Amino acid sequence: MRFKLNRKKREVHLGDRVFAFILKVPSVALVLLLVSIAYYLFRNALPVIHKQGWSFVTTSVWDPVNDVYGALPVVYGTVVSSFIAILISTPLSVGVALFLTEIAPTRVGRVVGFLVEMLAAIPSVVYGLWGIFVLAPWLRTTVEPFLAKTMGFLPFFQGAPYGVGMLAAGIILAIMITPTISSISREIFNAIPRVQREAALALGSTRWEMMRLSVLQSARRGIIGAVILGLGRALGETMAVTMLIGNRHEVSASLFAPGSTMASIIANEYAEATSDVHVAALVEVGLLLFAVTFVINSLARLFISRGFRWGAPSNSPGGAK
Amino acid sequence: MYSLLSTQNLSASFGSTQVLKNIQMDFDEFTVSAIIGPSGCGKSTFIRCLNRLHEEVAEASATGKVLLQGHDIYASDVDPVAIRRKIGMVFQKPNPFPSLSIFDNVAIGLKLAGVRRGAILRETVERSLKLAALWEEVKDKLNSQGTSLSGGQQQRLCIARALAVEPSVLLMDEPTSALDPISTAKIEELMTELKKTVTIVIVTHNMQQAARISDKTAFFLLGEMIEYGETSELFTAPKDQRTERYITGRFG
Repeated sequence: MRFKLNRKKREVHLGDRVFAFILKVPSVALVLLLVSIAYYLFRNALPVIHKQGWSFVTTSVWDPVNDVYGALPVVYGTVVSSFIAILISTPLSVGVALFLTEIAPTRVGRVVGFLVEMLAAIPSVVYGLWGIFVLAPWLRTTVEPFLAKTMGFLPFFQGAPYGVGMLAAGIILAIMITPTISSISREIFNAIPRVQREAALALGSTRWEMMRLSVLQSARRGIIGAVILGLGRALGETMAVTMLIGNRHEVSASLFAPGSTMASIIANEYAEATSDVHVAALVEVGLLLFAVTFVINSLARLFISRGFRWGAPSNSPGGAK
Repeated sequence: MYSLLSTQNLSASFGSTQVLKNIQMDFDEFTVSAIIGPSGCGKSTFIRCLNRLHEEVAEASATGKVLLQGHDIYASDVDPVAIRRKIGMVFQKPNPFPSLSIFDNVAIGLKLAGVRRGAILRETVERSLKLAALWEEVKDKLNSQGTSLSGGQQQRLCIARALAVEPSVLLMDEPTSALDPISTAKIEELMTELKKTVTIVIVTHNMQQAARISDKTAFFLLGEMIEYGETSELFTAPKDQRTERYITGRFG
């Protein structure tokens, strides 16, 4: 005789049924909300989609007076500033996570880990202010002239050092996403069992070799996931970037030059947009940003869930040491 | 005349809790010595002191001497990394490196020691896997993940990994407690073969196992070594009453 589990029949008590309903409503509502945001963005972007089609994402002229919109510079700005952020933040965050889990004494690790995570609690606009008053002047007077002098043969480091620009935005983003990447990396490192580290040590590896062999190699996928999650945050970050990127609608190879991002152009222009097509253009930028971050976050989820599930099932029995 | 490995007044603690008290033991070359005792008696901590793995645990400390061929491995000028290449270890749970292939799991010890020549690596991997009686089962899939093997195979892979660097001592911390009876039998069989080339110190929860495989057996209780002698004597005519009560199953 076979039984079929009937989900509906399981909640026979009235109380259970009411409770299940109470739980079900917000879950369904949240999914609907996600779908409706996507739909709203699409519908309100229709005027510009009809008018310009693909040229919206392939051209660079953004001219609200003549109602011509090319979003390429903001897409470029978003990608480049986020890429700079990832480039700086990844080694920094993984280094911090390694230090906190493998080297620092437990108590120090806990305190420093807490403080690093506090970086995530600082409001974006405060980062922006700090960027304007401290970071940008420092970049203008010290860092950018130095880069121009040593690596000026590269197109990225040519032109006048403005301070405010793509590089400043990338650096501020790097600082802002470091807590995300390092705290997830730390969780992943902590999830790697002790015996894995001892396997390396018992074989005569130094501390660094042990970290490479038992920690970094096992955590590879998880680290990639953490970086993608950080990237998702960098792509959508608005306030600090708007304050630091210079807001010029132009594709420029130089990182010293001002630029703008998808998020910053919306923040800057939405209040002043008068024509319907201008509003629609900004909404379409929002739609693009929504799609990009959605895809990035889904990828991160995929990587992290596999990163945590390491080793074979036969590894699990036995007591803790 | 020194024993290959011996301890003098070895004591160990976690924080302020002392878990080992003045242990004196000698291990002769090419023998199997078993350490038995109830849970928490310090037997695992004891062998973890022998390759200086104990000190990797937060707040752990040890005093006394551990002599390998007459030289104190706790002397200030001794590098624990070098010691661990001479004194290998197999753990309670099979722990192959999940990111490495079967081949690399065995070769990794040599690679860490700086051996790069492919021919030497291949030869050592084959020899070690044969020693661990795993070669026939894995020779056609050396590039698959180490973790794709069964539990018993993984444990023999870990034995091969430890043997590849040709240690003079092999420490085994309850190596069969996570395995099924058939895998256990295979590993026990293997140990009698291995002691021709390497000295084995094994911690086991299983008294029958100690009786089957070891030349000498030590009984630990509450951080003290109660009795240490020829396995046949310890199990048939124990000198200490506590040993007798333990092996006859009256406690522990």
